[in-house]
Amino acid sequence: MKKELKVSAIKNGTVIDHIRPGKALEVVRLLNLENYEDSVTVAMSVRSSLHKTKDIVKIENRELSEDEVNEIALIAPESTINIIKDYEVVEKRKIELPDVIKGILTCMNPNCISRKEGSSKFIVEKREPVVLRCYYCERLMEEGEILKRLRI
Amino acid sequence: MNMKNRDIISIRDMTKEDIEYILKKSEEMEKNMKKNKNLLNGYVLSTLFFEPSTRTRLSFESAMNKLGGRVISVAQPKASSVAKGETLADTVKTVEQYSDVIVMRHPNEGAARLAADVVDIPIINAGDGANQHPTQTLLDLYTINKECGKIDGLSIAMMGDLKYGRTVHSLATALAYYNVKLIFITPEELKMPSEIKKYLKNKGIPYREISGIDEIGKADVLYVTRIQKERFPDPADYEKVKGIYKILPETLDILGNAKIMHPLPRVDEISPEIDKSKNAIYFRQARNGIPVRMTLLSLVLGEME
Repeated sequence: MKKELKVSAIKNGTVIDHIRPGKALEVVRLLNLENYEDSVTVAMSVRSSLHKTKDIVKIENRELSEDEVNEIALIAPESTINIIKDYEVVEKRKIELPDVIKGILTCMNPNCISRKEGSSKFIVEKREPVVLRCYYCERLMEEGEILKRLRI
Repeated sequence: MNMKNRDIISIRDMTKEDIEYILKKSEEMEKNMKKNKNLLNGYVLSTLFFEPSTRTRLSFESAMNKLGGRVISVAQPKASSVAKGETLADTVKTVEQYSDVIVMRHPNEGAARLAADVVDIPIINAGDGANQHPTQTLLDLYTINKECGKIDGLSIAMMGDLKYGRTVHSLATALAYYNVKLIFITPEELKMPSEIKKYLKNKGIPYREISGIDEIGKADVLYVTRIQKERFPDPADYEKVKGIYKILPETLDILGNAKIMHPLPRVDEISPEIDKSKNAIYFRQARNGIPVRMTLLSLVLGEME
Protein backbone atom coordinates (compact mmCIF):
# COMPACT_ATOMS: atom_id res chain seq x y z
CA MET A 1 0.00 0.00 0.00
CA LYS A 2 1.32 3.39 -0.94
CA LYS A 3 2.19 5.61 2.00
CA GLU A 4 0.22 8.82 2.01
CA LEU A 5 2.24 11.93 2.75
CA LYS A 6 0.40 13.99 5.32
CA VAL A 7 2.70 16.99 4.89
CA SER A 8 4.27 18.17 1.68
CA ALA A 9 7.86 17.29 0.90
CA ILE A 10 10.53 19.98 0.87
CA LYS A 11 13.08 20.51 -1.85
CA ASN A 12 16.09 21.50 0.24
CA GLY A 13 16.45 21.82 3.98
CA THR A 14 16.04 19.82 7.16
CA VAL A 15 13.32 17.53 8.44
CA ILE A 16 13.29 16.89 12.16
CA ASP A 17 11.35 13.67 12.51
CA HIS A 18 10.20 11.46 15.39
CA ILE A 19 9.91 14.40 17.76
CA ARG A 20 8.20 13.38 20.98
CA PRO A 21 4.48 14.29 20.65
CA GLY A 22 3.76 17.80 21.89
CA LYS A 23 7.37 18.97 21.58
CA ALA A 24 7.25 20.34 18.01
CA LEU A 25 6.36 23.85 19.07
CA GLU A 26 9.21 23.85 21.58
CA VAL A 27 11.57 22.88 18.76
CA VAL A 28 10.12 25.70 16.64
CA ARG A 29 10.66 28.21 19.43
CA LEU A 30 14.10 26.85 20.22
CA LEU A 31 15.25 27.32 16.63
CA ASN A 32 13.54 30.72 16.48
CA LEU A 33 11.53 29.60 13.47
CA GLU A 34 8.58 31.90 14.17
CA ASN A 35 10.43 34.63 12.33
CA TYR A 36 11.99 32.41 9.68
CA GLU A 37 11.63 33.92 6.21
CA ASP A 38 11.28 30.58 4.38
CA SER A 39 8.61 27.96 4.89
CA VAL A 40 8.33 25.88 8.03
CA THR A 41 5.89 22.98 8.23
CA VAL A 42 4.83 21.62 11.59
CA ALA A 43 2.97 18.36 11.90
CA MET A 44 1.73 17.21 15.28
CA SER A 45 0.51 13.85 16.53
CA VAL A 46 1.24 12.07 13.26
CA ARG A 47 0.75 8.30 13.46
CA SER A 48 4.09 6.55 13.51
CA SER A 49 5.23 2.97 13.38
CA LEU A 50 7.98 3.59 15.87
CA HIS A 51 5.96 5.42 18.52
CA LYS A 52 2.25 5.76 18.74
CA THR A 53 2.40 9.33 17.47
CA LYS A 54 5.14 11.79 16.68
CA ASP A 55 5.67 15.42 15.72
CA ILE A 56 7.57 16.58 12.64
CA VAL A 57 9.15 19.94 11.77
CA LYS A 58 10.25 20.64 8.19
CA ILE A 59 12.41 23.65 7.54
CA GLU A 60 13.02 24.79 3.99
CA ASN A 61 16.55 25.86 3.06
CA ARG A 62 18.13 25.53 6.43
CA GLU A 63 20.77 23.27 7.96
CA LEU A 64 21.23 23.04 11.71
CA SER A 65 24.41 23.86 13.54
CA GLU A 66 25.88 21.40 16.02
CA ASP A 67 24.79 23.62 18.92
CA GLU A 68 21.23 23.62 17.60
CA VAL A 69 21.24 19.83 17.29
CA ASN A 70 22.48 19.59 20.89
CA GLU A 71 19.73 21.95 22.02
CA ILE A 72 17.12 19.77 20.34
CA ALA A 73 18.70 16.74 21.98
CA LEU A 74 17.95 18.32 25.36
CA ILE A 75 14.20 18.55 24.74
CA ALA A 76 13.54 15.77 22.21
CA PRO A 77 16.43 13.33 22.41
CA GLU A 78 14.83 10.59 20.34
CA SER A 79 14.33 12.72 17.21
CA THR A 80 16.01 12.14 13.87
CA ILE A 81 17.45 14.71 11.51
CA ASN A 82 17.09 14.31 7.75
CA ILE A 83 19.03 16.56 5.42
CA ILE A 84 17.13 17.02 2.18
CA LYS A 85 18.74 17.97 -1.11
CA ASP A 86 16.59 18.12 -4.25
CA TYR A 87 13.78 16.17 -2.56
CA GLU A 88 16.16 13.36 -1.64
CA VAL A 89 17.25 12.40 1.87
CA VAL A 90 21.03 12.73 1.60
CA GLU A 91 21.78 12.26 5.30
CA LYS A 92 19.80 10.78 8.14
CA ARG A 93 20.93 10.65 11.73
CA LYS A 94 19.47 10.09 15.12
CA ILE A 95 19.90 12.92 17.58
CA GLU A 96 21.99 11.84 20.49
CA LEU A 97 22.61 13.79 23.61
CA PRO A 98 26.39 14.13 23.98
CA ASP A 99 28.04 13.32 27.32
CA VAL A 100 29.10 16.93 27.72
CA ILE A 101 27.14 20.04 26.71
CA LYS A 102 29.20 23.16 26.19
CA GLY A 103 28.17 26.74 25.77
CA ILE A 104 24.48 26.54 24.91
CA LEU A 105 23.03 26.90 28.41
CA THR A 106 23.94 29.18 31.29
CA CYS A 107 24.20 27.70 34.77
CA MET A 108 21.17 28.34 36.97
CA ASN A 109 23.42 29.17 39.93
CA PRO A 110 24.04 32.93 39.94
CA ASN A 111 27.15 32.37 42.06
CA CYS A 112 28.72 29.87 39.65
CA ILE A 113 32.11 30.95 38.28
CA SER A 114 30.88 30.12 34.73
CA ARG A 115 28.49 33.08 35.01
CA LYS A 116 31.48 35.36 35.57
CA GLU A 117 34.14 34.04 33.24
CA GLY A 118 34.77 31.26 30.78
CA SER A 119 31.80 29.48 29.27
CA SER A 120 29.31 26.98 30.56
CA LYS A 121 29.88 23.23 30.57
CA PHE A 122 27.51 20.53 31.75
CA ILE A 123 27.92 16.83 32.29
CA VAL A 124 24.90 14.74 31.29
CA GLU A 125 24.06 12.96 34.53
CA LYS A 126 20.84 11.31 33.38
CA ARG A 127 19.22 10.99 29.96
CA GLU A 128 15.57 10.15 30.57
CA PRO A 129 14.44 12.65 31.80
CA VAL A 130 17.50 14.80 31.17
CA VAL A 131 19.46 15.89 34.22
CA LEU A 132 22.61 17.96 33.80
CA ARG A 133 25.34 18.70 36.33
CA CYS A 134 27.30 21.91 36.03
CA TYR A 135 30.95 20.99 35.51
CA TYR A 136 32.00 23.94 37.65
CA CYS A 137 29.60 24.42 40.56
CA GLU A 138 28.28 20.80 40.48
CA ARG A 139 24.67 21.98 40.80
CA LEU A 140 22.06 19.73 39.15
CA MET A 141 19.68 21.09 36.55
CA GLU A 142 16.47 19.21 35.78
CA GLU A 143 14.25 19.32 32.70
CA GLY A 144 11.96 22.16 33.80
CA GLU A 145 14.92 24.40 34.56
CA ILE A 146 16.64 23.40 31.29
CA LEU A 147 13.58 24.46 29.28
CA LYS A 148 13.44 27.74 31.17
CA ARG A 149 17.11 28.39 30.46
CA LEU A 150 16.67 27.55 26.77
CA ARG A 151 14.08 30.37 26.84
CA ILE A 152 11.32 28.16 25.47
CA MET B 1 49.25 5.11 43.82
CA ASN B 2 50.73 8.02 41.93
CA MET B 3 48.90 11.28 42.61
CA LYS B 4 51.56 13.56 41.18
CA ASN B 5 50.03 16.65 39.59
CA ARG B 6 46.55 15.62 40.60
CA ASP B 7 44.14 18.44 41.47
CA ILE B 8 42.13 18.14 44.67
CA ILE B 9 38.92 19.92 43.70
CA SER B 10 35.92 17.89 44.81
CA ILE B 11 35.24 14.82 46.88
CA ARG B 12 33.08 13.74 43.94
CA ASP B 13 36.26 13.17 41.88
CA MET B 14 37.62 10.69 44.42
CA THR B 15 37.15 6.96 44.45
CA LYS B 16 37.01 5.03 47.69
CA GLU B 17 40.54 3.78 46.90
CA ASP B 18 41.79 7.39 46.60
CA ILE B 19 40.26 8.28 49.96
CA GLU B 20 41.55 5.17 51.73
CA TYR B 21 44.99 5.75 50.28
CA ILE B 22 45.10 9.37 51.48
CA LEU B 23 43.93 8.31 54.96
CA LYS B 24 46.56 5.58 55.15
CA LYS B 25 49.32 7.92 53.98
CA SER B 26 48.16 10.60 56.45
CA GLU B 27 48.50 8.09 59.26
CA GLU B 28 52.07 7.33 58.17
CA MET B 29 52.77 11.04 57.87
CA GLU B 30 51.55 11.71 61.40
CA LYS B 31 53.93 9.05 62.72
CA ASN B 32 56.87 10.43 60.72
CA MET B 33 56.46 14.18 61.01
CA LYS B 34 60.09 14.79 61.95
CA LYS B 35 61.47 12.42 59.34
CA ASN B 36 59.64 14.32 56.60
CA LYS B 37 60.77 17.77 57.67
CA ASN B 38 62.70 18.35 54.44
CA LEU B 39 60.45 16.41 52.09
CA LEU B 40 59.22 19.50 50.24
CA ASN B 41 62.45 21.46 50.50
CA GLY B 42 62.71 23.76 47.46
CA TYR B 43 58.99 23.77 46.69
CA VAL B 44 56.83 26.87 46.87
CA LEU B 45 53.13 26.86 47.80
CA SER B 46 50.97 29.85 46.88
CA THR B 47 47.91 30.36 49.01
CA LEU B 48 45.27 32.39 47.17
CA PHE B 49 42.43 33.19 49.52
CA PHE B 50 39.84 35.42 47.91
CA GLU B 51 37.70 35.00 51.01
CA PRO B 52 38.70 35.33 54.64
CA SER B 53 39.89 32.16 56.36
CA THR B 54 41.89 31.56 59.49
CA ARG B 55 42.02 27.85 60.17
CA THR B 56 42.29 26.41 56.69
CA ARG B 57 44.91 28.85 55.56
CA LEU B 58 47.05 28.56 58.69
CA SER B 59 46.68 24.80 58.56
CA PHE B 60 47.98 24.63 54.97
CA GLU B 61 50.80 27.06 55.70
CA SER B 62 51.79 25.09 58.77
CA ALA B 63 51.67 21.84 56.79
CA MET B 64 53.96 23.23 54.08
CA ASN B 65 56.37 24.68 56.66
CA LYS B 66 56.57 21.38 58.51
CA LEU B 67 57.71 19.73 55.27
CA GLY B 68 60.45 22.28 54.66
CA GLY B 69 58.62 24.04 51.82
CA ARG B 70 58.01 27.74 51.42
CA VAL B 71 54.72 29.63 51.31
CA ILE B 72 53.88 32.80 49.45
CA SER B 73 50.46 34.35 49.62
CA VAL B 74 48.25 37.18 48.57
CA ALA B 75 47.38 38.96 51.78
CA GLN B 76 44.36 40.82 50.48
CA PRO B 77 43.31 39.76 46.99
CA LYS B 78 40.75 42.55 46.98
CA ALA B 79 43.60 45.07 47.06
CA SER B 80 45.56 43.27 44.37
CA SER B 81 45.18 42.82 40.63
CA VAL B 82 41.80 41.15 41.13
CA ALA B 83 40.44 44.53 42.14
CA LYS B 84 41.88 45.92 38.91
CA GLY B 85 39.59 43.63 36.96
CA GLU B 86 41.94 40.75 36.22
CA THR B 87 40.16 37.47 35.52
CA LEU B 88 40.62 34.53 37.87
CA ALA B 89 42.16 32.59 34.96
CA ASP B 90 44.82 35.27 34.47
CA THR B 91 45.52 35.55 38.19
CA VAL B 92 46.17 31.82 38.61
CA LYS B 93 48.16 31.60 35.38
CA THR B 94 50.43 34.33 36.71
CA VAL B 95 50.72 32.81 40.18
CA GLU B 96 51.59 29.51 38.50
CA GLN B 97 54.83 31.12 37.29
CA TYR B 98 55.93 31.67 40.91
CA SER B 99 54.90 28.42 42.54
CA ASP B 100 54.72 24.63 42.42
CA VAL B 101 51.27 24.19 43.93
CA ILE B 102 48.31 26.51 44.61
CA VAL B 103 45.82 26.28 47.46
CA MET B 104 42.84 28.51 46.83
CA ARG B 105 39.57 29.63 48.36
CA HIS B 106 37.11 31.63 46.31
CA PRO B 107 33.56 32.90 46.90
CA ASN B 108 32.28 31.56 43.55
CA GLU B 109 31.32 27.90 43.20
CA GLY B 110 33.46 26.17 40.58
CA ALA B 111 36.37 28.62 40.84
CA ALA B 112 38.90 25.94 41.78
CA ARG B 113 37.77 23.76 38.85
CA LEU B 114 38.22 26.65 36.46
CA ALA B 115 41.67 27.37 37.90
CA ALA B 116 42.68 23.72 37.58
CA ASP B 117 41.70 23.75 33.91
CA VAL B 118 43.96 26.68 33.05
CA VAL B 119 47.17 25.84 34.94
CA ASP B 120 49.51 22.84 34.78
CA ILE B 121 50.52 22.78 38.44
CA PRO B 122 48.23 21.11 40.99
CA ILE B 123 45.38 23.11 42.52
CA ILE B 124 43.98 22.26 45.94
CA ASN B 125 40.49 23.60 46.62
CA ALA B 126 40.21 25.14 50.07
CA GLY B 127 36.56 26.07 49.55
CA ASP B 128 34.62 27.30 46.50
CA GLY B 129 31.55 29.18 47.69
CA ALA B 130 28.94 26.80 49.06
CA ASN B 131 30.19 23.91 46.93
CA GLN B 132 33.20 21.88 48.08
CA HIS B 133 35.92 21.85 50.71
CA PRO B 134 37.49 18.44 50.07
CA THR B 135 40.41 18.70 52.49
CA GLN B 136 37.96 19.34 55.35
CA THR B 137 36.12 16.16 54.41
CA LEU B 138 39.33 14.17 54.28
CA LEU B 139 40.40 15.40 57.71
CA ASP B 140 36.91 14.63 59.03
CA LEU B 141 37.17 11.07 57.74
CA TYR B 142 40.70 10.80 59.12
CA THR B 143 39.45 11.96 62.52
CA ILE B 144 36.54 9.51 62.57
CA ASN B 145 38.82 6.64 61.60
CA LYS B 146 41.47 7.61 64.12
CA GLU B 147 39.12 8.19 67.04
CA CYS B 148 36.79 5.25 66.42
CA GLY B 149 39.34 2.86 64.92
CA LYS B 150 37.16 2.36 61.84
CA ILE B 151 34.50 3.96 59.67
CA ASP B 152 32.57 0.90 58.55
CA GLY B 153 29.79 -0.07 60.91
CA LEU B 154 29.46 3.31 62.60
CA SER B 155 26.34 5.37 63.26
CA ILE B 156 27.13 8.96 62.43
CA ALA B 157 24.79 11.80 63.35
CA MET B 158 24.94 15.27 61.80
CA MET B 159 23.23 18.16 63.49
CA GLY B 160 22.46 21.79 62.76
CA ASP B 161 22.35 23.45 59.38
CA LEU B 162 22.36 20.50 56.99
CA LYS B 163 20.70 22.49 54.23
CA TYR B 164 23.42 25.03 53.53
CA GLY B 165 26.46 23.47 55.22
CA ARG B 166 28.97 22.33 52.61
CA THR B 167 31.01 20.30 55.10
CA VAL B 168 28.09 18.01 55.90
CA HIS B 169 27.17 17.62 52.22
CA SER B 170 30.69 16.51 51.31
CA LEU B 171 31.02 14.33 54.38
CA ALA B 172 27.72 12.56 53.71
CA THR B 173 28.76 12.02 50.08
CA ALA B 174 32.12 10.54 51.11
CA LEU B 175 30.56 8.39 53.86
CA ALA B 176 28.36 6.78 51.20
CA TYR B 177 31.47 4.77 50.26
CA TYR B 178 31.33 3.09 53.66
CA ASN B 179 28.93 0.86 55.48
CA VAL B 180 27.48 3.47 57.83
CA LYS B 181 24.14 4.54 59.25
CA LEU B 182 23.41 8.26 59.21
CA ILE B 183 21.18 10.34 61.45
CA PHE B 184 20.23 13.90 60.47
CA ILE B 185 19.12 16.19 63.28
CA THR B 186 17.66 19.43 61.95
CA PRO B 187 14.69 21.74 62.18
CA GLU B 188 12.25 21.44 59.27
CA GLU B 189 13.81 24.47 57.54
CA LEU B 190 17.36 23.13 57.47
CA LYS B 191 16.96 19.53 56.32
CA MET B 192 19.57 17.72 54.23
CA PRO B 193 18.94 18.53 50.52
CA SER B 194 16.96 15.91 48.61
CA GLU B 195 19.80 15.53 46.08
CA ILE B 196 22.10 14.19 48.82
CA LYS B 197 19.36 11.97 50.27
CA LYS B 198 18.66 10.54 46.81
CA TYR B 199 22.37 9.83 46.42
CA LEU B 200 22.51 8.03 49.78
CA LYS B 201 19.42 6.00 48.87
CA ASN B 202 21.02 4.91 45.59
CA LYS B 203 24.14 3.86 47.47
CA GLY B 204 22.04 1.90 49.97
CA ILE B 205 23.01 4.05 52.97
CA PRO B 206 20.26 4.05 55.62
CA TYR B 207 19.49 7.41 57.20
CA ARG B 208 17.02 8.75 59.74
CA GLU B 209 15.77 12.32 59.93
CA ILE B 210 14.84 13.61 63.37
CA SER B 211 14.25 17.03 64.85
CA GLY B 212 15.54 16.66 68.39
CA ILE B 213 18.79 15.35 69.84
CA ASP B 214 16.84 13.34 72.44
CA GLU B 215 15.74 11.00 69.61
CA ILE B 216 19.32 10.28 68.55
CA GLY B 217 19.54 6.75 69.97
CA LYS B 218 22.91 5.05 69.65
CA ALA B 219 25.47 7.11 67.75
CA ASP B 220 29.25 6.82 67.55
CA VAL B 221 29.84 10.31 66.22
CA LEU B 222 27.87 13.54 66.46
CA TYR B 223 28.99 16.08 63.86
CA VAL B 224 27.73 19.51 64.89
CA THR B 225 27.47 22.50 62.57
CA ARG B 226 26.59 26.07 63.28
CA ILE B 227 23.00 27.16 62.76
CA GLN B 228 22.96 30.57 61.21
CA LYS B 229 20.19 32.75 62.50
CA GLU B 230 20.00 34.71 59.24
CA ARG B 231 18.88 31.59 57.35
CA PHE B 232 15.51 31.63 59.10
CA PRO B 233 12.81 33.64 57.38
CA ASP B 234 11.00 34.05 60.70
CA PRO B 235 13.16 34.85 63.77
CA ALA B 236 10.52 33.16 65.96
CA ASP B 237 11.28 29.85 64.22
CA TYR B 238 14.93 30.25 65.09
CA GLU B 239 14.12 30.92 68.74
CA LYS B 240 12.09 27.70 68.78
CA VAL B 241 14.93 25.48 67.67
CA LYS B 242 18.11 27.10 68.93
CA GLY B 243 17.92 25.56 72.40
CA ILE B 244 17.54 22.05 71.04
CA TYR B 245 20.78 22.37 69.12
CA LYS B 246 22.93 23.39 72.02
CA ILE B 247 25.21 20.77 73.53
CA LEU B 248 25.22 21.33 77.27
CA PRO B 249 26.76 19.14 80.01
CA GLU B 250 23.37 17.49 80.58
CA THR B 251 23.19 16.59 76.86
CA LEU B 252 26.11 14.21 77.41
CA ASP B 253 23.74 11.80 79.23
CA ILE B 254 21.85 11.37 75.95
CA LEU B 255 25.02 11.08 73.89
CA GLY B 256 26.73 8.32 75.87
CA ASN B 257 30.15 7.75 74.28
CA ALA B 258 29.45 9.58 71.02
CA LYS B 259 32.42 11.64 69.87
CA ILE B 260 31.52 15.26 69.20
CA MET B 261 33.01 16.83 66.09
CA HIS B 262 32.68 20.36 64.69
CA PRO B 263 34.37 21.96 61.66
CA LEU B 264 34.74 25.18 63.72
CA PRO B 265 34.25 28.06 64.25
CA ARG B 266 31.49 27.42 66.78
CA VAL B 267 29.27 30.10 68.16
CA ASP B 268 27.11 28.75 70.96
CA GLU B 269 26.07 25.32 69.71
CA ILE B 270 28.60 23.55 71.93
CA SER B 271 29.03 24.90 75.43
CA PRO B 272 32.72 25.48 76.35
CA GLU B 273 32.07 23.24 79.40
CA ILE B 274 31.98 20.31 76.97
CA ASP B 275 35.57 20.93 75.82
CA LYS B 276 37.08 18.93 78.66
CA SER B 277 34.72 15.97 78.32
CA LYS B 278 35.94 12.75 76.72
CA ASN B 279 33.30 13.24 74.02
CA ALA B 280 34.85 16.45 72.68
CA ILE B 281 37.26 15.81 69.85
CA TYR B 282 36.82 19.00 67.77
CA PHE B 283 40.17 20.55 68.59
CA ARG B 284 41.96 17.28 67.85
CA GLN B 285 39.93 17.24 64.62
CA ALA B 286 41.41 20.65 63.71
CA ARG B 287 44.91 19.36 64.48
CA ASN B 288 44.35 16.41 62.15
CA GLY B 289 44.21 18.91 59.31
CA ILE B 290 48.00 19.13 59.51
CA PRO B 291 49.01 15.53 58.66
CA VAL B 292 46.22 15.26 56.08
CA ARG B 293 47.26 18.47 54.31
CA MET B 294 50.96 17.54 54.60
CA THR B 295 50.11 14.27 52.87
CA LEU B 296 48.08 15.92 50.11
CA LEU B 297 50.84 18.44 49.38
CA SER B 298 53.47 15.66 49.25
CA LEU B 299 51.29 13.46 47.02
CA VAL B 300 50.37 16.09 44.44
CA LEU B 301 53.98 17.32 44.29
CA GLY B 302 55.09 13.77 43.59
CA GLU B 303 57.34 13.47 46.64
CA MET B 304 55.23 10.71 48.16
CA GLU B 305 53.74 7.67 46.50
